[in-house]
Amino acid sequence: MRLLKLIPDNTKIDFVGARFIAFAIDGALLAIAMFALIFYGLNFGIDFTGGVLVEVKGTKSIDIAQMRTKIDSLRFAEAQLQYFGGGECEMPANSCVLIRVQPEMNTPASDQEVVTRIRSGLGEGFAFRRTEVVGPKVSDELKNAGILATVIAVLMIGLYVAVRFEWQYGVAAIFATGHDVFVTAGLYSLMHLDFSLSSVAALLTLAGYSVNDTVVVFDRIRENRRRYKRMGLHELINLSTNQTLTRTVLTSVTTSISIVPLLLFGGPTLFDFTAAILFGIVVGTYSSIYVASALLIYLPQINVSREETVPATGGGAARSR
Amino acid sequence: MIYVSRWQTISVLLILLIGAIFAAPNFIGDSYRASLPSWVPRSTVNLGLDLQGGSYLLLEVDMPGVVKERLETIRGDIRAALRKARINYTGLDQARDSVSLRISDAAQLEAARKILKDIASPPGTFVGLGGNEYDMTDDGSGAFSLKISQAYQRQLQGQIVTQSIEVVRRRIDALGTREPTIQQQGEDRILVQVPGLKNPEELKRVLSTTAKMTFRLVDTAGNVQAAMPPQNRVPPEDELLYEQDKAGNNTQPFLVQRRVMVSGDRLEQASSGFDPRGGEPVVNFRFDTRGAREFGDVTKAAVGKPFAIVLDNKVISAPVIREPILGGQGQISGNFTAETANDLSILLNAGALPAGLTVIEERTVGAELGADSVQAGKLAAIGGLVAVIVFIVATYGLFGVFATIALAVNMVLLLAVLTGLQATLTLPGIAGMVLTMGMAVDANVLIYERIREEMHAGKTVIASIDAGFRRATATIIDTNMTHVLAAAILYAVGTGPVRGFAVTLGLGVVTSFFTAVMVTRLIVVTWMRRRRPKLLVL
Repeated sequence: MRLLKLIPDNTKIDFVGARFIAFAIDGALLAIAMFALIFYGLNFGIDFTGGVLVEVKGTKSIDIAQMRTKIDSLRFAEAQLQYFGGGECEMPANSCVLIRVQPEMNTPASDQEVVTRIRSGLGEGFAFRRTEVVGPKVSDELKNAGILATVIAVLMIGLYVAVRFEWQYGVAAIFATGHDVFVTAGLYSLMHLDFSLSSVAALLTLAGYSVNDTVVVFDRIRENRRRYKRMGLHELINLSTNQTLTRTVLTSVTTSISIVPLLLFGGPTLFDFTAAILFGIVVGTYSSIYVASALLIYLPQINVSREETVPATGGGAARSR
Repeated sequence: MIYVSRWQTISVLLILLIGAIFAAPNFIGDSYRASLPSWVPRSTVNLGLDLQGGSYLLLEVDMPGVVKERLETIRGDIRAALRKARINYTGLDQARDSVSLRISDAAQLEAARKILKDIASPPGTFVGLGGNEYDMTDDGSGAFSLKISQAYQRQLQGQIVTQSIEVVRRRIDALGTREPTIQQQGEDRILVQVPGLKNPEELKRVLSTTAKMTFRLVDTAGNVQAAMPPQNRVPPEDELLYEQDKAGNNTQPFLVQRRVMVSGDRLEQASSGFDPRGGEPVVNFRFDTRGAREFGDVTKAAVGKPFAIVLDNKVISAPVIREPILGGQGQISGNFTAETANDLSILLNAGALPAGLTVIEERTVGAELGADSVQAGKLAAIGGLVAVIVFIVATYGLFGVFATIALAVNMVLLLAVLTGLQATLTLPGIAGMVLTMGMAVDANVLIYERIREEMHAGKTVIASIDAGFRRATATIIDTNMTHVLAAAILYAVGTGPVRGFAVTLGLGVVTSFFTAVMVTRLIVVTWMRRRRPKLLVL
């Protein structure tokens, strides 16, 4: 049987030499993300803004314009309506609508009142599939927790890498991971995806994923450095990246294809979440090759002489190939 | 030389067996499951509220309201005590967390100071270690202020939250729901999770009502018109309260005495029913012995006068006492619907909440949406599994089949751990499982690629496999640790569904490490012993 081979054996791609092209592309990517975040900002979900969100299902297809008139007549500060799909909502099509009302009077009691008013305002014939109410206090707390979690995650991951490897690797890992989180946040902004608590989960997951790739490359750099003590850093990074290239690509592909069905069948609730992770995997793969490895070149050189006095430990690093 | 010891083989197989036993109940029908002997694990994985439908409510105790109420009480105490001692005072005012007043006569200052001190820290009670209930400030020239102390507030808060949880539990039980979770969260919050609820609106209504009921006399001598805006001249011993119609609009005003004839705590039992004469929905109640005696005494003395049944500062009804009510039983006919009468009887039976509760976060998912999500999750998980298997077998051939077996084992183990720990599986949790599949295969990829490399370097089959497993394991540990870190942080800050995601992701990393390293190794070694391959197709 002939096996599928995405990457040929013994590639000798000059990743380090081509880094300026990659930097240019990446610079553009970062600029776009920055631009989007500054000018559009994030489209925060009710987890972070507070407010009310209800999903209603009618027995027939819903005329959204008509429903909007009904909701507008209730005079909420700001109400958004959109069709929502998947499962029961496709029978018949367009029978579900998501209604989101921004908080108005900053008291949670009024949020509950909004739900009651929507119920009575819509009248009979609608099933409430989902109701979410987030008070202003809770949304502030969730926002703080989300920011804190992301920052701590990136720092902890950097710390872990710094402890397991050396501080230069830790710094490079923080930059690479932060880079991925930032660019993906840019995607959220640019695509107007709903940024909710599960988006934070998506960002943290891809932070974990991205550093996973980075660690594999770093691990190989460390091993090769012990083996080829006289090899320059450029060459070392090129060699290590090429050696791990098949694995990097294969893992990205398996992870991506495992979540594509999630994107297709997971329903609208998981769509944004999955899309962000999928995008993050691609960016993460790229950043472990370029951002993390290339950064090592620009950081103060690792003290090789110290390593030489310490006998190399770990998986038979001294063995020749 | 690559070698798997006998005890390693046995322990791996044992873990697989235990895993299979714990995971099995998820795959057999409910009726068959119920017939299993009791020593067999039979619990299934715990579905989150987003998958089975239900309500997640975060309630906050209204502490400012409690403080205000306490301050009102001591303000009354101060007024009464000073009057009794014939001490003149001016400007008895109440702020957010304190009561202030001024003693005009310098000669009475010492006496007033003593009275106020007793009110601020009543003898025989103490907060924490001999602290004050109220911190008194005294400028020496007659201006006093009593500020509620931090320690007292904390003590009150603790009591109130504990009592509220009790009342909330009784109320929810009365609604006849199954397996509600009620727990304290933080200092002043109560988390209520109720799965599979038909009518979440009723739950919210029942929980956000304080249900403080009092029976009081109506002040027929007072002038209701003068008490209403814009004049607002309410006699000091009275309160202006309104009756409401079914839509919740104020209708008739009443001047009701502040003094409580009988309090709602004295109710022993309440039930909803219909008035045999008019067919209107009513609530029947019965007082306990002491309540019946109190009620009898008051009604005896006030025949011909109206009394008000007040619930949370609203007059439910104000009937005229036609004859003394001595049996301790009665009937309330307000503007009830059958539903509200039933709610009220539930509330009265469960007792009043010691403080108001507000819903500050709600996530309610209907059963249909939950079922849709389960369906979507299943489809996505199976689709992901198939996609990964096809790809991995196409890439690694026989070794891909090995990886597939390890992956299947991984999924069973993950399900077993989730079931065994009774962790909650949410929709994002399913996404976590799917991601775990991709990542579990990563460990296999790392191992296989390493074996490939070692082979290209000219090693024998056995030496390559040995080195591949050994060297890749260190890398796998490092990469998995980062996932565990991310999952742990997510678990710490996340709530509900996100937590479910963190749990499956974190546990998935652990099980996938086991299956990729131990199970795959076992399979590969067994295969090598039997076949003794000269060449690897990898």
